[in-house]
Amino acid sequence: MRLTHVLAGLVAASVLTAGAVMAQGADPLAAAVKARQSHMQLYAFNLGLLGGMAQGNIAYDSAAASAAAANLAALSALDQSRYWPMGSAAGEVEGSRALAAIWAEGSDAAAKGQALNAAAVAMAAVAGTDLASLQGAMGALGGACGACHQSYRQTN
Amino acid sequence: MRLLPAFVILAALGGGAGWYLSGPDALPSAALAGITGDAVAGATVFAAAGCASCHTAPEAAASDTPVLSGGKRFASAFGTFVAPNISPSPAGIAEWTDAQIITAVMRGVSPEGRHYYPAFPYDAYAKANPQDIADLVAYLRTLPADAASSAPHELGFPFNIRRAVGLWKVLFRSDAFVVTGALTPQQARGRYLAEALGHCGECHTPRNALGGLDRTRWLAGAPNPSGEGRIPDITPGRLQWTEAGIAEYLKSGFTPDFDTAGGEMAEVVRNTARLTDADRAAIAAYLKIVPASGG
Repeated sequence: MRLTHVLAGLVAASVLTAGAVMAQGADPLAAAVKARQSHMQLYAFNLGLLGGMAQGNIAYDSAAASAAAANLAALSALDQSRYWPMGSAAGEVEGSRALAAIWAEGSDAAAKGQALNAAAVAMAAVAGTDLASLQGAMGALGGACGACHQSYRQTN
Repeated sequence: MRLLPAFVILAALGGGAGWYLSGPDALPSAALAGITGDAVAGATVFAAAGCASCHTAPEAAASDTPVLSGGKRFASAFGTFVAPNISPSPAGIAEWTDAQIITAVMRGVSPEGRHYYPAFPYDAYAKANPQDIADLVAYLRTLPADAASSAPHELGFPFNIRRAVGLWKVLFRSDAFVVTGALTPQQARGRYLAEALGHCGECHTPRNALGGLDRTRWLAGAPNPSGEGRIPDITPGRLQWTEAGIAEYLKSGFTPDFDTAGGEMAEVVRNTARLTDADRAAIAAYLKIVPASGG
């Protein structure tokens, strides 16, 4: 199962050593931060279309909504284990806002990642149906984003 | 520790005039004459004032009937504050009179006549309409009771001298709104929600060495007291979102770029999501007339 892979990957990230990502170039930790922030941009870009429709700022288009939601479902299922090496928290890598709690004992970052995937899959199932269905799925999707940002992203 | 000498002086002033000035000041009963609380109206006040964000248990899920058992910990330069139980149980506020609760909220004075620490934003709530706080009290009494005992704050000397908080109040408390001038009714409503009930300034305004708000840099951003990152500048000097964009953020948590609220602000949005569109728009209108920071 894909989700199991996501979970296993995130757990593995907590034991990844800098050596394991050394092949990435001169600054593997900075490269990982850049990769995950780029991934977040892809979320935001696709969310922007769905949110714009939900808020009434963009005309509802069933096909476009379906495509954006499918992208989110696919993006949230990708294995992110190499995005989150230890040593890439805020204060450790320039520009990182990831809190060390992500890697600490008792972290539920992996579960929150799974929750995002579940919300994105639910959105993908209904985004093409009609605007009301899209709007109905938006709260859970935003909530899944916010849940992780609440616990694991530094304010700035 | 530059905080220590100044606070010791505050504490030492506890003699003579200092002792007089630092005395707890209850709300005069005349201020509450003829006021009866309405629990339905109080639900809106409760959301606008953000009570649940601090007074629910750590990790408690969002709820329409939150259990205000306390226990959340708030690190600061002065020590760690622990939110008390304010649920309607004997361990909370069940046995307090309405006037005692209103005095606690608007004056920062306990039923025993002791000062609360200003981690409790009574400085903001002092600007509230007493009718709103009476409504809030009526609503609090409808919420589930929890028997958990309130935990003591963890403050070292000299910050554990509560009497010195009285002098802090003399120095830093103000019943006046920060943004003044000719306001439209919408801007005035927004000011009330942001400066009084919503106590935005408690996090978004920088503080001096003694923890008093620097009103000359109102909402211009501040270090996060938890030590992680900064609370952003939300004056027009920095926050360039449209009013509609701000209102939407307070509703859904989405920024105009479709990032989402994080940190403590995620909790705040959970509260502002319960307000009306008109109230969120009012807060946005207010933020546009706050003096711009340097950016």
